[in-house]
Amino acid sequence: MSTNQNERVENQAVFEENYIDENIIADKSSKTREFIKKFLKRKTAVAAFVVMVFLLIIAIIGPSLAPYDPSAYDYDNILAPPSAEHWFGTDQFGQDIFSRILAGAPLTLGVSLSSVVVGAVLGTVLGLLAGYYGGWIEMLVMRGADVLFSFPDILLAIAIVALLGPGIINVFIAVAVFTVPSFARMMRSATLAVKGSLYVEVSRSLGCKDGRILFLHIFPGTIQSLIVNFTMRIGSAIMAASSLSFLGFGANVTDPEWGAMLSMSRSYLSTAPHMVYLPGLVIFVTVLAFNLFGDGLRDTLDPKIK
Amino acid sequence: MGRYCARRLLETIPLMLVISIFVFMFIHLLPGDPAQTLAGKEATVEEVEAIRAEFGLDKPLIVQYFNYMKDLFRGDMGRSLKSNIPVSELIWSRFQFTIQLVCAGLVWAPFAGIFIGVICAIKRGTFVDLIGMLLAICGLSAPGFWLGLMGIQYFSVHLGWFPVSGLDSWRSFILPSIVMGTGIMATLARYSRSSMLETLREDYVRTARAKGQREAIVMFRHAFKNSLIQVVTILGLQIGGLLSGSVITETIFSIPGMGRLLVDSIAFRDYPAIQGLLMIFAMQYVLINLVVDMLYGVINPKIRYD
Repeated sequence: MSTNQNERVENQAVFEENYIDENIIADKSSKTREFIKKFLKRKTAVAAFVVMVFLLIIAIIGPSLAPYDPSAYDYDNILAPPSAEHWFGTDQFGQDIFSRILAGAPLTLGVSLSSVVVGAVLGTVLGLLAGYYGGWIEMLVMRGADVLFSFPDILLAIAIVALLGPGIINVFIAVAVFTVPSFARMMRSATLAVKGSLYVEVSRSLGCKDGRILFLHIFPGTIQSLIVNFTMRIGSAIMAASSLSFLGFGANVTDPEWGAMLSMSRSYLSTAPHMVYLPGLVIFVTVLAFNLFGDGLRDTLDPKIK
Repeated sequence: MGRYCARRLLETIPLMLVISIFVFMFIHLLPGDPAQTLAGKEATVEEVEAIRAEFGLDKPLIVQYFNYMKDLFRGDMGRSLKSNIPVSELIWSRFQFTIQLVCAGLVWAPFAGIFIGVICAIKRGTFVDLIGMLLAICGLSAPGFWLGLMGIQYFSVHLGWFPVSGLDSWRSFILPSIVMGTGIMATLARYSRSSMLETLREDYVRTARAKGQREAIVMFRHAFKNSLIQVVTILGLQIGGLLSGSVITETIFSIPGMGRLLVDSIAFRDYPAIQGLLMIFAMQYVLINLVVDMLYGVINPKIRYD
């Protein structure tokens, strides 16, 4: 009897490996193609995607493209308005604003992106565990999220910076923590939705271990909501990080961080308005690109919301 | 209804307790000895010990927490390290400005947002819809500090229409009110559009149309009213966003509200004031959401029978 049972278990494993997974993979590639086709029809989202990729490239190679040394003082050209030599004008030290924006791109985008990645990973794992196991894990994670949510919006990030002290690394930590609860909540409800589906039940009845069910069967089912939330959160992270720097809690005022640059411009509103308009416009366009792309993704993946 | 409200009220108590533990722990989570932190870096050993005794930091943590809660219930949040006046008095003197700002944002933004959203839903797929939604996503992506500074630069400095800072005449409210409300308008426009589109697909709307009801009545009485149910919940979360938005708005317009106090207290490392402010901000947010949830119970009878 035991050989019989072993055989059956083996057969089931073979069935699961070959039949089910293969089918899912085949299904996936056609789904991806279909998704790309649908996404390409959304012109604003495609445009946003192009801008986004452009900004990411700038963040990587931007500093080397800068026409001037971003920290070089030029006292002959203080607060100069935009011109052919200085596209975005210069600041109170005669530093070229365009070069500073290029040099600041890795700082602003790097901090925001990496903090969302860290926050998303933590939040996703917590949300998956909470949704799958329920009970005290769920209670702990959800009540924790409730407490973090009681400090609305950027206030939580401010509280964390108050605790850790100002500085760009602390802004990274603050924005990451500020991102966790949103992912935890979203992933929990996505997990709950997928948990009841037939294929999860099948894999459980085939004797899959919890870890395998959770990461191989449930996680892929939640990936759509995850991607959409991820893109949307990048916009808020850029906003939060630059707001913190604007308030003086983030990057050093002399660093070319975009929010910090705006905070400097406050004293020159009447003499050098370009110091406000242009760096702010860059933040705006960046956040807009991520938000529009996120919107496009959501509408493509889940048309019923639109 | 009474039971629903009572249950919702009871649910708030554990949340408040956990928040109070978090806020209480704030000073202990700071790196280093709390007494040393409060006394300052240059303090002598005697001064540090005096602070330790004064704040009861030599007692066990649990005793300290109970003392903290006892004081909190009596409205005693300690003394500000910076100005040496009671934190509760300090916060109270700033409270009105923040509330005025929040009201200034709430006066127009939710109505404008819902209006735009509903019009976009009715005119779905037309040019009006496109413009409305573009406006909404731009409002969502524009950093408040950028909008505020641009507003001051153009309307106050260049045109001289409004004062540059402060909150004394009705004119001085206009720009802060726009900065405060833009985000809430944008969010509500997006939510009310999708909520309205969802209700327009409901069977009861089809029934109303089928029985020959006038289109205006179908739209207003059948669709709009029901679509509001979802929007109210979002409004609660958004008011929390307004509270944290006050930090930025008060900084730009030099308004001496609670947000500005928080920024100053963090810069000065005035920990009792930071603790008090965090507690007040979180409490306000929890209370607002409690009220919104109860309102939700009033307008959506279904929820009461859960």
